[in-house]
Amino acid sequence: MMSETASLALIEDYPQAKANLPGYGVDWCRTFRDQAFSQFSASGFPSPREEEWRYTNVSAIEKKRFHWATAEKPIDTAWLQSLFLDDCWTVVLIDGVFSSDYSRLSGLPDGVVVASVAETLQSNPDALKDYLGQAVSDKEHNFIAFNSAWFRDGVFIRVEAGVCLEQPIQIVHVTTQAETLSCTRQIIALQEAAIAEIIETYAGQECAYLTTSVNEVFLADKAQLGASKVQQEAEQAWHFGGWYVKQSTQAQFTHHHFAFGGLLTRTDIHCDLETAAECELNGLFLGLKRQHQDSHTRIVHQKPDAISREQYKGVLNQRARGVFQGRVIVAQDAQRTDSQMNNQNLLLSEHAEIDTKPQLEIYADDVKCAHGVTVGQLDENSVFYCQSRGLDEESARNMLTFAFANQMVKKIERKALHDQVLSLLLQRFPQQGVDSSWL
Amino acid sequence: MLSIENLHANAGEKPILKGLNLQINPGEVHAIMGPNGAGKSTLSHVLSGKDGYTVTEGKVTFCGKDLLDMAPEIRAREGIFLAFQYPVEIPGVSNIYFLKAALNAMRKHRGLDEVDAMDFLTLVKDKVKLLKMDEKFLYRAINEGFSGGEKKRNEILQAMILEPKLCILDETDSGLDIDALKIVAEGINAMRSAERSFLMITHYQRLLDYVKPDFVHVLADGKIVKTGGPELAKELEESGYSFLEQQVA
Repeated sequence: MMSETASLALIEDYPQAKANLPGYGVDWCRTFRDQAFSQFSASGFPSPREEEWRYTNVSAIEKKRFHWATAEKPIDTAWLQSLFLDDCWTVVLIDGVFSSDYSRLSGLPDGVVVASVAETLQSNPDALKDYLGQAVSDKEHNFIAFNSAWFRDGVFIRVEAGVCLEQPIQIVHVTTQAETLSCTRQIIALQEAAIAEIIETYAGQECAYLTTSVNEVFLADKAQLGASKVQQEAEQAWHFGGWYVKQSTQAQFTHHHFAFGGLLTRTDIHCDLETAAECELNGLFLGLKRQHQDSHTRIVHQKPDAISREQYKGVLNQRARGVFQGRVIVAQDAQRTDSQMNNQNLLLSEHAEIDTKPQLEIYADDVKCAHGVTVGQLDENSVFYCQSRGLDEESARNMLTFAFANQMVKKIERKALHDQVLSLLLQRFPQQGVDSSWL
Repeated sequence: MLSIENLHANAGEKPILKGLNLQINPGEVHAIMGPNGAGKSTLSHVLSGKDGYTVTEGKVTFCGKDLLDMAPEIRAREGIFLAFQYPVEIPGVSNIYFLKAALNAMRKHRGLDEVDAMDFLTLVKDKVKLLKMDEKFLYRAINEGFSGGEKKRNEILQAMILEPKLCILDETDSGLDIDALKIVAEGINAMRSAERSFLMITHYQRLLDYVKPDFVHVLADGKIVKTGGPELAKELEESGYSFLEQQVA
């Protein structure tokens, strides 16, 4: 008999599926998975009754059925390669499974590991023992527990102390088949003073599927990681992804997040900052039709002298809905914290909606914390300025909306990535007033 | 070219312009001076079509057409350029992109093809040099992080590219140091021609030392109360606007 909901179906199938999951034959990993499964099976996917999920109702997932991609489907190579950035090492995960055929990893310097998580759990599971579940707890919410129980593969990246990667590593997650469950776990560890850049790309061929990915990131003292997430999932896709980052003393983390695709998506970014660590989070979410884009960030200043900067922008049109939650927690010990958070939103239609919630929790007394939120329409003075230069009102509004979003794209330093994101942004602005040939 | 007859206008509910008359012929440079609150900026906003003002009486024709009937962008395309007192910053769009978009909007209105990319660059770079601006400005976001002087020079650059028939300069001299003022004035002088007219709205006589007007008007309480030649500006500089009170009394 078919189970009533997606989560029940998944729970029912788990006893048969689990033996084939990577790491299930390893004691510590089996315990890890079993605990996660029991937590997930107790309550299923998060409900809007939970404070952190108040604005993002995932119940529609329950009407679907998701399963591992089974049949080997020939992939559209041209489409896949159109997602690749030049001058990168590329890791490809197809339907949640590491593909050595399409990955391009030759020439990685000594001291750098880029490997399949499934393969690593088989050949050298202890390499992951100190990382798995250490940057984020299953208690966080049930998509984490779900991921811990079900992840089928992922990418393990480790950079030895002092090694500086000359090129970024691009992780391309693609989903190619309907009803696929793409469930991946990334472990990223930079040892002392290591420097790396990671670009995540999520895309899918037009169909409904579910992506869940959890990235656990460990930055040792003075390590520097630049990261970007380009979420261009298919129109019917559900996407739940997270970055959970532990930053040791003076470690630096920069993240650019572009949420353009998907039907209902959520990205969580958590940074735990030790002494004098720095993090910068930039984000842009665009919503059209009935898209729902949720960005949840949490920055915890655990120790003194850390710096955090956060700027998120949302542009919502038609019946789209955006959610931004930015939480900054300054622990009692975190004196001289310097933190700024800002979220600006443009609502372009009377049916569009944004729920924005900046939260500051400060337990130290010598801190500099600022936060600001705006929700509104375009500045009328700017519209008039453009009109006074001959642009008609509609073109002026389109140009200014584009300009608002483009500010976040302009923060990308790496040219190949900048150009790719810009072209994705331009696809969302086909209107009069935005001339791509001149940008 | 521009003919303003008995213009009355409100800002919101408040009457500001109260029967203003002004005639500007091709090639003429007019200066409008006056104390704070006289209606100088309202005049520039009403002429350029900014929201928030209602014309209650009078008419304005520009090159034979009813100006007040036109949307702001049509006025611009017909040849009116307003150099803003406070130019707007638009992060996210480069200056050069904006210039080209504006120029093409004008050209389309005049039935011309879009400007050729190479010709455009040559044209812009020439003008940039003339205004002693760094070419890098072209690739920066519109007015973002520009100093006061840079913003005003940028306004003049736009005017030079768009080649208006009538250029309204709203307090263009405010916030400029003497070097920047000279450069801006040189730019304005370079644009002067037998066909192009200027309406300079200013609080001080400073700019008029460098851009010599044909006519100086004094605007007070929404009306032009006195008109003269350049010497009137000098007089005002020396004796101030106190004569206005005597007149009213």
